[in-house]
Amino acid sequence: MKREMKMTEDVDHLIEVSGLKKTYQSGDTSVDAIRNMDFFIDDAEFVTIMGPSGSGKSTLLSIMGALNHPTMGKVLVDSLDIYALNAEQRADFRSDYIGFIFQSFQLIPYLTVLENVKLPMAVTGRKKKIQDQMAEDVIERVGLTAKAHRLPDQLSGGEQERVAIARAIVNKPPIILADEPTGNLDSKTAGDIMNLLQSLNRDGHTVIVVTHNPDMEAYAGRTIRVQDGECFT
Amino acid sequence: MKLHNISFGNISRRKGRMLFLVLGLVIGISTVVTLLSMTDSMTRDIEQKLNQFGANIVMVPKTENLALSYGGIDVGGVNYSARELDEAKLADIKTIKNSKNLSIVAPKILGSVTVNEKKVLLMGVLFEEEIALKTWWHKSEGVFPQKENEVMLGAEVASQFGLKAKEAIFISGEVFTVAAILNPTGASEDNAVIAELGAAQKLLGKEGKISMVEISAFCQGCPISELTLQIAEKFPEAKVTAMKQAVMSKMQSIEMFQSFSFGVSIIVILIGSLLVFVTMMGSVNERTREIGIFRAIGFRQSHVMQIILLEALLLGIIGGLLGFVLGNLIAWGLIPIVIKDSTFAGINLPLGVVSILMAVALSLLASLYPAFKAGNMDPSEALRAL
Repeated sequence: MKREMKMTEDVDHLIEVSGLKKTYQSGDTSVDAIRNMDFFIDDAEFVTIMGPSGSGKSTLLSIMGALNHPTMGKVLVDSLDIYALNAEQRADFRSDYIGFIFQSFQLIPYLTVLENVKLPMAVTGRKKKIQDQMAEDVIERVGLTAKAHRLPDQLSGGEQERVAIARAIVNKPPIILADEPTGNLDSKTAGDIMNLLQSLNRDGHTVIVVTHNPDMEAYAGRTIRVQDGECFT
Repeated sequence: MKLHNISFGNISRRKGRMLFLVLGLVIGISTVVTLLSMTDSMTRDIEQKLNQFGANIVMVPKTENLALSYGGIDVGGVNYSARELDEAKLADIKTIKNSKNLSIVAPKILGSVTVNEKKVLLMGVLFEEEIALKTWWHKSEGVFPQKENEVMLGAEVASQFGLKAKEAIFISGEVFTVAAILNPTGASEDNAVIAELGAAQKLLGKEGKISMVEISAFCQGCPISELTLQIAEKFPEAKVTAMKQAVMSKMQSIEMFQSFSFGVSIIVILIGSLLVFVTMMGSVNERTREIGIFRAIGFRQSHVMQIILLEALLLGIIGGLLGFVLGNLIAWGLIPIVIKDSTFAGINLPLGVVSILMAVALSLLASLYPAFKAGNMDPSEALRAL
């Protein structure tokens, strides 16, 4: 399933979303988080998904990240229908294709920076030497080499965000999905983080950022607006 | 980075929480170890006391006659004309299956001899075995016989003949030295002259023969009747009788305590496993967010289960070790208080290995469902806890 980061020419779009619908059932009432969405994202694009809270943008991100089964519709990634896969295959898909950056960082508190960054490689079967090299490279890239052996609670918010980014890119996934990556940061640090994401995009990663902050639009090549479970590109 | 690094990291960096998780195992294992150590000490204690009781198996030649005595009172019969066993064959007793449970084997020859024209009971014994067996033998004067030509007199014999230690005594025409005189015991030896087995056989003209064998045996795993059967098989010409009462009642109380310990152990182990299950379940629920992250970054369900079960394995090893140490400490402190005149029997290393294996098995078993639940957590549900 592993693919190279550079797209082959016969595939039109990296991600194709069609007829997407997601309904949450809670007791007798059902809520449509996503009513009907069709869009595509090309390889090496930097896209922001904008919308007010409750508009369904986080649900959309989790569906694109193969974490959340849609009620209807299809998500093709690299021409692969990801919800036709079984749960374990989807886990492998996430390992190969997706780098997640979660809201409020979500680091493992009992692992050091280096261990947190190496976490996604625990299931890839790479040799320890190669893992160390790859992890050190990305930690250097996010500028945390000096703090590689600290635990997350010994870092500032901006530093924790960088660890989360390093963890998301260590396996060199083609797609980076970020959910409000700057939500908990001051505007200067937020700008640094967006610059870092921009430079990752220049290296060929497809970056998709969910945010409600209009300032972030400036960094992206394209914006998909989401409102009431529908999207406007 | 491998999955086990995650488990190690969790256990080594959250020691307080892990100790709480291990608590159930420690309680269970330490209780079992304490109870087992106590039963062990009790059995040893009984073993020592039984040796002080004297013989519990008696081997005599088969005879057609029924004994005509009760409580030391004879009502006639042919006591001294009994048939004999072969002394040489006695060595065969060492070849029975449970021979290591025989602590003392004391052969003796009995017969009548003449002293000062009176008939007296002569008892030939191996002094070393006999003195070990008859812990109630105390001499009123002299030292226990060392040589072939020395004898020991029962209290009654000594007073009838007016003999004292170091004096000479003529037995069937031969001269012996009285080495010691026994205090009254109230048993047959009060009326006997006791000589070395070889010398007595010569005096009685029964070289290589023995009249009876008294045996002190103790067996933890097997009943005394089993030992009796084994001896009887080797000596078809002899009648082997177990003096059951003493051993049986002692063994019965130990067996009762053993079944009690067993019952308590099972209950405590059950409670311990339940505690492990509940805490493991709590730990999994608490780590919902963490498990969501694992799943999101590409861990399979089986990977998450591996992490949880690996932690259970490590906790089992830690719990087993701590439980074993604690159990021994408790036993060491408790045994002298609970069992009078008894001491801690010492650390039993094989039991330590069993403790750890048992703790690991329990921990894994109690963590199976929590691990399964963790693996099957819906990653989007888990991440909603973010």
